[in-house]
Amino acid sequence: MTGPVELRVDRDRCAGSGMCALTAPEVFDQDDEDGRVLLLDARPPAGPAATAAREAAGLCPAGAITARPGPEGGQRWSRPTPGGVR
Amino acid sequence: MPQEPVRLPHERAAGCPFDPPPGLAPLRDRRPLTRMRYPDGHVGWLATGHATVRAITADPRFSSRYELMHPPLPGGPDGPLPPAPVGDLTGMDAPEHTRYRRLLAGRFTVRRMRRLADRVERITTRHLDAMERRGPALDLVEAYAHPVPALMICELLGVPEAEQDLFIRRSATVFDPGSSPEEQVAAYIRLTECVRELVVAKREHPTDDLLGDLTGTDLTDEELAGIGGFLLAAGLDTTAAMIGLGTFAVLTHPGQAAALRAGPESADRAVEELLRYLSIAHTGARTALEDVTVDGQLVRAGETVTLAIGAANRDPARFPDPDTLDLDRRATGHLAFGHGAHQCLGQQLARVELRVALPALFTRFPSLRLAVPPEEVPLRVNTSVHGLLRLPVTWDER
Repeated sequence: MTGPVELRVDRDRCAGSGMCALTAPEVFDQDDEDGRVLLLDARPPAGPAATAAREAAGLCPAGAITARPGPEGGQRWSRPTPGGVR
Repeated sequence: MPQEPVRLPHERAAGCPFDPPPGLAPLRDRRPLTRMRYPDGHVGWLATGHATVRAITADPRFSSRYELMHPPLPGGPDGPLPPAPVGDLTGMDAPEHTRYRRLLAGRFTVRRMRRLADRVERITTRHLDAMERRGPALDLVEAYAHPVPALMICELLGVPEAEQDLFIRRSATVFDPGSSPEEQVAAYIRLTECVRELVVAKREHPTDDLLGDLTGTDLTDEELAGIGGFLLAAGLDTTAAMIGLGTFAVLTHPGQAAALRAGPESADRAVEELLRYLSIAHTGARTALEDVTVDGQLVRAGETVTLAIGAANRDPARFPDPDTLDLDRRATGHLAFGHGAHQCLGQQLARVELRVALPALFTRFPSLRLAVPPEEVPLRVNTSVHGLLRLPVTWDER
């Protein structure tokens, strides 16, 4: 899980909890007005930033961050299921 | 196979002040979502597993509205609760909740909260100095755990210094386990009245603080008063309980204080683990708005699901050796602040307060210890936020 990552954010879902900015501050920030996610780097290269970004996607309470392997990686989306309910 | 609904285990075991009620773990380990009979007779559900609680809180098909909710703990009304008072974000759903959340979330961002660290430091230093002047043997709840977050939330909201004492006393009654539900409601109403007066004053003379800024939005005075009271109450009791109970936990687990003194990264990890291990906001609830299948079981529309946050944060499927307090572990992913759209709005403030206040305490008083045997430390019982009534501590004077 150390390869590059490609990120998408869904600002409509975002609850502004700040988990992403806390976990991967090089990749995510928050809007000062409404607290919602700002994506600083949609394609962090392999390394600590990509690892932290993946963790942030998994932690996001609103399921607003989608992470999939970046260009040199595999092809499977690892989208956190909206709501996560099976 | 039909299951006999369980009652919510809600009493902690004697001598285990940090552990969830012992009846929860066997339920969780057998079936993380089980049928539960509520005190009002409703038959709903009890979620005890980490993945289950996380899934339910993230799912908008489960409502947070109080008026749909059967109270999980005894002592509540018969049948659903009254609707959330104006400004109480925890008891409403989208789109109403989204509107308030977006107006507020920008005030509680990671970056803004980090900028407050030096203000938290100033307040903690003042209180540690006062403790040093008083000398050993005092109640840490009264001397430190309660006033530090109280003053911080007052500053953030923009409560003038002269009125801070009054606000803090009013909000203390709201959570005082010694006062009746009627007294608590009355105190909450008085508190929002105080905030309303403040809001009116700030409309005339805008100030550079949270309430001052919010007077520039389209929120009414009633909404602002409700939001202010809600934030004050939410910010006061919870962090105070974490500082008190967290200190108690560190003092009774030899060797753990070192992690709090080993620099910012170590302190960050330690704070997350204390949040997980203590899970002070231990019980939540949601109500299904439609039929939803969870963990292969059908939760029907109208059924309430109780969320046993404490048990979920001790789920061995998520955290290895979950009942051990290990301040060096990575406890990220805990549900102490909840999950989903309602995840704690003030969590980044709480983190900054805790990672300043706890290390500062253990650095200033390296010999800090309990002044009474651990079993004599009085706990709050049957409150929605777990915590201590008092924490008698002492230390060696230098």
